[in-house]
Amino acid sequence: MIKLLSSSKWKQLILFTVAVLLIPQILPSDYYFLILNIIALNAIVVLGLNLLIGFAGQISLGHAAFYGLGAYISGILTASYGWPIFLSIPVAVLTTAIVGLLVGIPTLKLEGHYLVMATLGFNIIVSIILVQWDAMTGGPSGLAGIPYLKAFSISIDSDRKFYYLVWAVLGVLFCLSLNLIDSRVGRALRAIGEDPISASALGIPVERYKVGIFVVSALYAAVAGSLYAHYVTFISPKTFDFFYSIEVVTMVVVGGIGSLWSGLAGAAILTMLPEILEIVKEYNVLVYGAVLMAVLVFFPEGLLPGIKKLWQKRQGQVHE
Amino acid sequence: MLRIKSIHTYYKKIRALSNVSLSVRENEVVALIGANGAGKSTLLNAISGLIPVSRGDIFFKNKKLNGLKPEEIVNLGISQVPEGRQIFQPMTVKENLELGAYVRFKKREKKEIAEDFDRIYQLFPILREREDQVSGTLSGGEQQMLAIGRALMARPRLLLLDEPSMGLAPKVVTTILKTIENLRRNGLTILLVEQNARAALKVADRGYVIETGRIMLEGDSEDLLVDNDVRRSYLGKDYEKFYE
Repeated sequence: MIKLLSSSKWKQLILFTVAVLLIPQILPSDYYFLILNIIALNAIVVLGLNLLIGFAGQISLGHAAFYGLGAYISGILTASYGWPIFLSIPVAVLTTAIVGLLVGIPTLKLEGHYLVMATLGFNIIVSIILVQWDAMTGGPSGLAGIPYLKAFSISIDSDRKFYYLVWAVLGVLFCLSLNLIDSRVGRALRAIGEDPISASALGIPVERYKVGIFVVSALYAAVAGSLYAHYVTFISPKTFDFFYSIEVVTMVVVGGIGSLWSGLAGAAILTMLPEILEIVKEYNVLVYGAVLMAVLVFFPEGLLPGIKKLWQKRQGQVHE
Repeated sequence: MLRIKSIHTYYKKIRALSNVSLSVRENEVVALIGANGAGKSTLLNAISGLIPVSRGDIFFKNKKLNGLKPEEIVNLGISQVPEGRQIFQPMTVKENLELGAYVRFKKREKKEIAEDFDRIYQLFPILREREDQVSGTLSGGEQQMLAIGRALMARPRLLLLDEPSMGLAPKVVTTILKTIENLRRNGLTILLVEQNARAALKVADRGYVIETGRIMLEGDSEDLLVDNDVRRSYLGKDYEKFYE
């Protein structure tokens, strides 16, 4: 059921689109495109994860595995078996979604820490397979020779071209997600995140929703992963270990749980932060940690909602 | 309408209900009264399918409820207003009510749902005023009204009310009781769980007294209101007279 978005949402989305189209005109070097592209890829994963964490209230530390499965499946199918990309990506995404379903059904019966441990375990298993299954994955040294994305005669072989593609994909998924959370399904998810027992007392099939949104979030991660593989054309298992899972969960939390715009902000800030911290040289890890702690101490509900609150407070004082 | 035949339920190894039987007839208000921990809420949760029944049967309109999932039971027409209201605090009043109608969007009943919104806003005009307000900011009484409204959005045949008077000012309790009478006049059947025995028995046709997981007494409300045991234990009245 497709419903028109509310007018305030349209305004935000139009602003967002204009910004995405304008930024390339003012960027001085291609290096910045690389960062913006990584931001978009992270933002796609964060988007799905935010639906799972922020709305349904289920935490996963295994999404790097779905990101990796998306990348490796599409990468192997094209590089080793010569599949066309327009087939390999859908197959990669669908296969990952099925894996998500098989993982989700047993693990989402767990709650809290146990769910975190189970998804973390899944991530580690996938990492081990990527390293050990040398013949298929290229092992620890990685998989090379993945072709660039190609549509008709246009080959997406530069940072600048990929920029338009990946931000368009993010935009579409973002709109779909906004629509989802505004629907009956979205309300049901929030009810589950709030109190699963009350939700089931209202007739909401809690288990089915939890597994469903888990699969959706795995699917988003797989989309990002397969785009990533055809962007950098070389993938290695290290990119998809559980540190990446922690990173994306951190992006959700730092940006602000339960708001899609906040998730986008979280992805942008935490992707740029290490680059900005190059100026403090060897202290960058230390400062990175300090920044994260400061955010959690001063803005426990997340950066974007926190700043919004501060802003409203200041506005209020001005009026008085 | 609802028949419960000698059920037992357990929390781990502790027996919470033993051999409980109870019935509610069509368009009747039945009160279940008892002290803290007597098993009142447990019984409601067993009916709603939130906790399993280990022995005995629950029938609703001759259909067996044992083993059904909570959502299937809601679909059959039983809605529970949980203890302590349990509304979704960060969501608006409207969203809470929409969630109450969750089971009905499937069947494309948009128009009827809009009518139900009107009906509930007529029942509780304050909710219309607060429609777009985050429900956590409502007062206790308003939250209780919202919880009842949310349950009614599912268009139940049987409403299970768990301690609707808990923590509310006496005046608000009166409003809630009036609402219960109102709903019954409109054809709803109600099973009311209360610690506030006097209030509950005033609106109920019949009552059951539950103590440590067993039904101790049952009878017409008038009889229970004057029953010496009930008066001594739950109405806190006539202590002296009783001992004289």
